[in-house]
Amino acid sequence: MIGVLQFPGSCDERDAVAAAGLVADARLLWQEETNLSGLDGVIVPGGFSYGDYLRAGAIARFSPAMEAVARFAAEGGPVLGICNGFQVLCEAGMLPGALLPNESLRFICRQVELVAQGFVGPFAAELEKGRRLSIPIKHMSGRYFAPDDQLDRLEANGQIAFRYALGQNPNGSVGDIAGVVNEDGNVLGLMPHPEHAVDPLTGSDDGLALFRALVRAPQAAAA
Amino acid sequence: MLIRPKEGILDPQGKAVERALPALGFEGIHDVRVGRLVELEVDDPAKLDSLSEKLLANPLIEDYEIVLDEAPSGNGGGRK
Repeated sequence: MIGVLQFPGSCDERDAVAAAGLVADARLLWQEETNLSGLDGVIVPGGFSYGDYLRAGAIARFSPAMEAVARFAAEGGPVLGICNGFQVLCEAGMLPGALLPNESLRFICRQVELVAQGFVGPFAAELEKGRRLSIPIKHMSGRYFAPDDQLDRLEANGQIAFRYALGQNPNGSVGDIAGVVNEDGNVLGLMPHPEHAVDPLTGSDDGLALFRALVRAPQAAAA
Repeated sequence: MLIRPKEGILDPQGKAVERALPALGFEGIHDVRVGRLVELEVDDPAKLDSLSEKLLANPLIEDYEIVLDEAPSGNGGGRK
């Protein structure tokens, strides 16, 4: 069972439940829930949690469910953060770096090409190095930032999961970074929206790989 | 509490303001940075640093400065 967090202001949680539902059972997880037993994976979805007041993701990290998700992740449970979910995980210190307003100051909504980087952890079993994924972005604050010394460490540790394809960096992210993992690789965050790319009817089903990776992460971690 | 984008981090909001100024006839203005001001009343100012680091500012991307004003009415003058 996959749990999809829901904060006041989330807006992609139902799409995430539907997308994860194509490869496993999935249900919503209201932000007050703290009992995650029975869950095999957690998705922190996109949206504008708590209105994105102060900074995107800054307030949602203090919800009771996020504290439970932090414990779940510390015990090795796989967590996938998408867009606002990525911002929440960064603000919570569960992923390195921060997301800043786009260089253009514009909200950007379009299909982008991602390249998997060969990274650590169980998600990589489904997302081998060099794999290209066509997935949409839709965000205002997607400019990934980490200080130079931290970037060097991420590179050395294999924590950079996705980069935007050459020449396609939409928001000014440092090093074209679109997604990263934590040191153990069981927490993955990315700005693009795989839940909006699960059916060829809407342009691409490349996003399914992310949900398969989440569902199969426990087996991949044990292997 | 004054919160600003960290030195060296691109501040597109500041840039946009800077670019708009000449059109209004304001010349000779450079390096515009846009930050945030948070006003709050606290019983124990010792908590301010941890409050800043945990919520009000993100130390990775922002610098903050605490300015204490002892008189709640605001006429006591600021001290850092």
